[in-house]
Amino acid sequence: MSILIDKNTRVVTQGITGKTGQFHTQTSRAYANGKACYVAGVNPKKAGEDFEGIPIFGSVKEAKARTAVNVSVIYVPPPFAADAIWEAVEADLDLVICITEGIPVRDMVFVRDRMRREGRRTKLVGPNCPGVITPGEIKIGIMPGHIHKKGRVGVVSRSGTLTYEAVGQLTELGIGQSTAVGIGGDPVNGLKHIDVMKMFNDDPGTDAVIMIGEIGGSDEEDAARWVKKHMKKPVVGFIAGVTAPPGKRMGHAGAIISGGKGTAQEKLAVMEECGIKVTRNPAEMGRTLKSILKPR
Amino acid sequence: MKIHEYQGKEIFRKYGVPTPRGIACFSTEEAVAAAKQLGGKVWVVKAQIHAGGRGKGGGVKVAKSLDEVKKLSSSILGMQLKTHQTGPQGQKVRRLLIEEGADIRKELYLGMVVDRGTQKVVLMASTEGGMDIEEVAAKTPQKIFKVFIDPADGLTDADAGEVAASLGLPESSRAIFQAVYKCFLDTDASLVEINPLILTGNGQVVALDAKLNFDDNALFRHPDIVALRDLDEEDPLEIEASKHDLNYISLDGQIGCMVNGAGLAMATMDTIKLFGGSPANFLDVGGGATAEKVTAAFKIMLSNPKVKAILVNIFGGIMKCDTIATGVVAAARETRLSVPLVVRMKGTNEDLGKKILKDSGLPIISADNMADAAKKIVAAIAKKKAKKKAKKK
Repeated sequence: MSILIDKNTRVVTQGITGKTGQFHTQTSRAYANGKACYVAGVNPKKAGEDFEGIPIFGSVKEAKARTAVNVSVIYVPPPFAADAIWEAVEADLDLVICITEGIPVRDMVFVRDRMRREGRRTKLVGPNCPGVITPGEIKIGIMPGHIHKKGRVGVVSRSGTLTYEAVGQLTELGIGQSTAVGIGGDPVNGLKHIDVMKMFNDDPGTDAVIMIGEIGGSDEEDAARWVKKHMKKPVVGFIAGVTAPPGKRMGHAGAIISGGKGTAQEKLAVMEECGIKVTRNPAEMGRTLKSILKPR
Repeated sequence: MKIHEYQGKEIFRKYGVPTPRGIACFSTEEAVAAAKQLGGKVWVVKAQIHAGGRGKGGGVKVAKSLDEVKKLSSSILGMQLKTHQTGPQGQKVRRLLIEEGADIRKELYLGMVVDRGTQKVVLMASTEGGMDIEEVAAKTPQKIFKVFIDPADGLTDADAGEVAASLGLPESSRAIFQAVYKCFLDTDASLVEINPLILTGNGQVVALDAKLNFDDNALFRHPDIVALRDLDEEDPLEIEASKHDLNYISLDGQIGCMVNGAGLAMATMDTIKLFGGSPANFLDVGGGATAEKVTAAFKIMLSNPKVKAILVNIFGGIMKCDTIATGVVAAARETRLSVPLVVRMKGTNEDLGKKILKDSGLPIISADNMADAAKKIVAAIAKKKAKKKAKKK
């Protein structure tokens, strides 16, 4: 079992003809059931053509009608990415995964508002994220597939390479992953830690979760408080940015301590208080998780 | 991106947000001429640097004669202005704003940012103007009135009216709040702060200060705002890094670190600290690090005189470890690296990468994981220090 995506997912790639879109479509397609999962691409100017045998359609709506896709992945450049998200939402897909980095915050504010206001059911992961992978079944995004291993630990994170780090440690210890979700480093995004945590809690295929956060905002605290009240499974946490100075944007648009809020110390304290097993050493994420796993 | 107060006020004027009359100056002569041109008997001489807290640092003074304008201008121009935001070294003042004096009856606060929780722009208003708003928020949060602005509706008359009422201002001031919101949206601002917003003796509402920050991701659609960038206000190393598409931020420590990915870069800094070292910078080389890019990164790190060692931490995914290893060897050779270098590589083509490092013949210390890397680099610095000491004896 898994959350969000599995081998039956059918994917349309928005921005399939760009350099990034092409490259990651190739590697994603080469992973597990990718050949069967990647069934459509979108580019209004190249409708009717194909990318290595994947048909290209003029719109997401058309791709859905013709191929029954239920998930979209977006590699569209930042100025057009928010519109691409809306196009997928309007086509009523189950899930949109937006990889694009550098989307203006205002564009995200407006598209997120429209999604809520119109009561759209489509879930959004990202933007500015590595994507989602259910090891052994399907990979949607830019993460290296080979470091993953099929298993029963969920991973949710705001950062790309730090997720790979956690996954790599788990795999090295022989612990597989149910699904790894990169929710992205932008201040205004789709699914948050708490949303993904709820899904892992409900997923019979997940036994425990690693939650990775970073400075900025209060998503980790919100998730931690929910965990304290409702989570039936053990959670391990790490927060990056203990040494980050206030007021400086640390690479990710959302990774900034502003007005004294969003510090790593504050997040770690709340997480500990809520019963999350926290490690301050990122090299120990895997081992910390192992220490709390009940022998099955 | 940040801009100066006088630039912010020019933008405000375009949107109909009232500001005092003022003129930006680069010399004492210009300052005196500006005061003459403005007329009146009272002027304010304001240092223009990007950091806040200028008043407390002595960068904002009132002059009651042209002589005083001259004296204050010459003392403020060129000074190293130290505020709580500049750090102990301060920031050199290169520009002034000469403004007409204002008759202040009430000092208020108005701010706007994007609230991450609600994903809306939040307007914050407070009667505690002129104060550090973070302090107000911490001590008396009830004194901050907030409106979460619905993107579809904008700042409605009703909401703007409530803001006016909360500040004890006449209903006619609604238009000002709406103008500030329009300015915020149109310019893709990430922060607009007016501290203080004042009520004058004759009942005018005026923005006595203007702090505007902009969303870097949106600058592509605002060439006019990009033109306001003042490179003198930015760290030269950060400017150099941005030319190479590197994400670099200077810190105070001794260990330069080069990492791929922002989250992993922060985690690497944290690990260094955890094992007793201190990071000299944040540096994300991004996804496609070529030998040229790695060399540029090394040069930037090494141009910081505090750097006593370099730690490279790469999780090879799309980026292959052998590519990075080749880049690191080339960079170490080109920069004639004389400080200890610890490299931790993981992921795609890891073994090949390690072999390249080993075969290079360079004294590169290899590490298995992040913690190991941090321990080894702290030990390497200690060892070098001990050697130096022994030599001196």
